[in-house]
Amino acid sequence: MPLIKFIEHDGTAHDIQANNGDSIMITAINNLVPGIDADCGGECSCATCHVIVDSAWTEKVGTQSENENAMLDLNPDREENSRLSCQIEVSDELDGIVINLPEFQY
Amino acid sequence: MAAMVIVGGGQAAGQNVASLRQAGYEGEIVLIGDESHPPYQRPPLSKQYLSGEHGVERVHLRPLTFYEDKNIDLKLGVTVTDIDTQSHHVKCSSGEDFEYEKLLIATGSRPRILNAPGSDLPGIFYLRTIDDVDRIREAMAAARSVCIVGGGYIGLEVASVAITSGLNVTVLEMEDRILQRVTTPEMSTFYHELHTSHGVNILTNTAVQGFSGDSKVEQVLCGEQSIDADLVIVGIGIIPNVELADAAGIHCENGIVVDDHCQTSEADVFAAGDCSNHPNPILQRRLRLESVPNAMEQARVAAANMLGGDESYSSIPWFWSDQYDLKLQMVGFSSDGDTQVLRGDKSANQFAVFYLKDGAVVAVDAVNSPREFMVCKQLSGKTVDQTRLQDPNVDLKTLLQT
Repeated sequence: MPLIKFIEHDGTAHDIQANNGDSIMITAINNLVPGIDADCGGECSCATCHVIVDSAWTEKVGTQSENENAMLDLNPDREENSRLSCQIEVSDELDGIVINLPEFQY
Repeated sequence: MAAMVIVGGGQAAGQNVASLRQAGYEGEIVLIGDESHPPYQRPPLSKQYLSGEHGVERVHLRPLTFYEDKNIDLKLGVTVTDIDTQSHHVKCSSGEDFEYEKLLIATGSRPRILNAPGSDLPGIFYLRTIDDVDRIREAMAAARSVCIVGGGYIGLEVASVAITSGLNVTVLEMEDRILQRVTTPEMSTFYHELHTSHGVNILTNTAVQGFSGDSKVEQVLCGEQSIDADLVIVGIGIIPNVELADAAGIHCENGIVVDDHCQTSEADVFAAGDCSNHPNPILQRRLRLESVPNAMEQARVAAANMLGGDESYSSIPWFWSDQYDLKLQMVGFSSDGDTQVLRGDKSANQFAVFYLKDGAVVAVDAVNSPREFMVCKQLSGKTVDQTRLQDPNVDLKTLLQT
């Protein structure tokens, strides 16, 4: 079970043992990590599961689809490593990944 | 000891119990739902769950183990029969009785039933629950033709799944256009042509007068013509479940009336989701919405206020619908606009129609155009340069900066 480290905007950290195959979003939701709304349930329809992946992990989480990119494009808090966490699948590759949470979801 | 009691087992209920625990509440939480499933997402039911793309666990909001781990008592398959707001008690069909400290009513809504001769024949379905869709999928697997009564979003999403899986599909719409209740004539025309191009037979101005068949439905009767169908799916709107609240003396009027704190007319009783009639401070009118984002956000606000907080619900409504490979994302209500501004290319199935009132953006219908959807969430209520808005070469970010 890979370990995911979520860091809230205020610095509070949550170390979560995640299940392979779940998305990062589902992992946060099932463990009551604050800061992710995920209103659409993982369909890339709402952009309320925005996270900022620690730059050391950029390559391992893979690239985003054009649709995901478009959903994030106008987010005022977007950073270079911004992703929608419903679009990242947990695997052993991601063991130890650091996920930063934005202050707001839009 | 008195508990946080949630009546209902849908998305608002599921989000509310999670929000209560997330906020640090450690007391007893009881969720009473009349379905046998833990809280689940309804939007995929007419989309990926119907098509088989998602399994049942994928649509559950959270796994059953979540509720065990968080010490949330799920009473599933149990109906609340009575609320006593004086003594703060709810009575259940199981004979159980719970005392509440705070109560959330999240009873949702139910499909409007079509009453016509033959409407009780087997093979006629409504689509609201996992169990409904399990029955529909079984019937669809053995069917060659399906007739959908009602050209709303549910009906059209089902049409898209059914025709894609090889069935003959007819959609019957009473009004002179599909989506009449929820969108503009232009968008209705676009979706009509989309479905027609995929082979769906859409009959407008067509009211169902009855059904016929021997042991199950075989024909849908509409005046002079009849439609052959191995199964029928009726999607003609929903009705908020207010009867329980109404019987308890809670003020109901087109839904359970709440204030911006999700508070009902009775002390310590809150309501959220499809069943609530709530004020929208942005639109400056009351709304009763059939929408997941509304259910989720109201549930969060209600949780905060059930714990003594002071949070207001104030969100611009938004919606989405998936048909074929088109994702429609909507913000606000197009009927609030006086002007339409088209951005993009309708013939390429990638466009957005912005709706403006007195020059200010009030709504958008965005087809395969997530940037336009996201920009509308932020532009809502703001005046924009229409010439620049309609020019796809103008970066939307620059519109946000002005």
